[in-house]
Amino acid sequence: MSWAWFHRFASPPYFYSLTLRLAPWLGWPAGLLIVGGLYGGLVLAPPDYQQSDAFRIVYVHAPAAWVSLMSYSLMAFAAAVGLIWRMKVAHAVAAACAPVGASITAVCLVTGMLWGQPMWGTYWAWDPRLVFELVLLFFFLGYMGLRSAIDDVSRADRASAVLAVVGVVNVPIVHFSVTWWNSLHQAPSVMRMQEAAMPASMLVPLLMSFLGFTLYFYAVMLVRARAEVLRRDRGGSWVRDVLAARGKAA
Amino acid sequence: MREFLDMSGYAAYVWPSVGLTLAVLLANVYWARRLVRSAQAEARRRLASGAQS
Repeated sequence: MSWAWFHRFASPPYFYSLTLRLAPWLGWPAGLLIVGGLYGGLVLAPPDYQQSDAFRIVYVHAPAAWVSLMSYSLMAFAAAVGLIWRMKVAHAVAAACAPVGASITAVCLVTGMLWGQPMWGTYWAWDPRLVFELVLLFFFLGYMGLRSAIDDVSRADRASAVLAVVGVVNVPIVHFSVTWWNSLHQAPSVMRMQEAAMPASMLVPLLMSFLGFTLYFYAVMLVRARAEVLRRDRGGSWVRDVLAARGKAA
Repeated sequence: MREFLDMSGYAAYVWPSVGLTLAVLLANVYWARRLVRSAQAEARRRLASGAQS
């Protein structure tokens, strides 16, 4: 097996141009899927027989929850690759994941509270699922805080990467919390082994939303990663070329 | 239309959820673009000061 692709990804100029080409191809479909999913979920889908129209919060809450776990896993993976192979591009990806992942985790928590109040009669409960999702947010914020406390970029990369990798134990805890403990939170309705527990008119918009949020995350993360790569490789001659090309285009 | 906006009485929970989510998604796009612009400006300043010395 050839490792050429690995070395190519590790090359800042290659990565920079890759993000430039890839981001629009992820971002525009993401926008269309999110708008389509919300239209299907808020307008077309029938009301839930138990939760009436309150269940429609699922179309923003569940994709946000998925992205919160996916983005942390990717951040920890990229941080580990950066630590092991001392790869600047991987650290750039990890650093780019954090602010997007943190804000989406906050969205998951707040939309969950807005769903909890009418369904459970309380915005917040000290319930395993809720508490560990909050811990996830704290890991994101801790990662960002640690980075901003260290001026030297490569030292910040290494220190924050250790924190990111340690925090990844929390990801399966969040995911399985509703199975391991007797949680107030409802069990998953989509991602389970048997068929999904809802009709197609509810499920299709939800799957569109999931895919849309996922593509959206990668699009925004890659734009941020482009800036992070530039920040880490100021001396490279490719930076001069990239900035010159950009100046001509603008 | 009014029925749709009312969300069977759950309007106060459904619409803020949707609004907050869309606001955060749009804000992230803006922040990411701003980060790229500032990184490019910083790289330009560095190149300019390096060329002079």
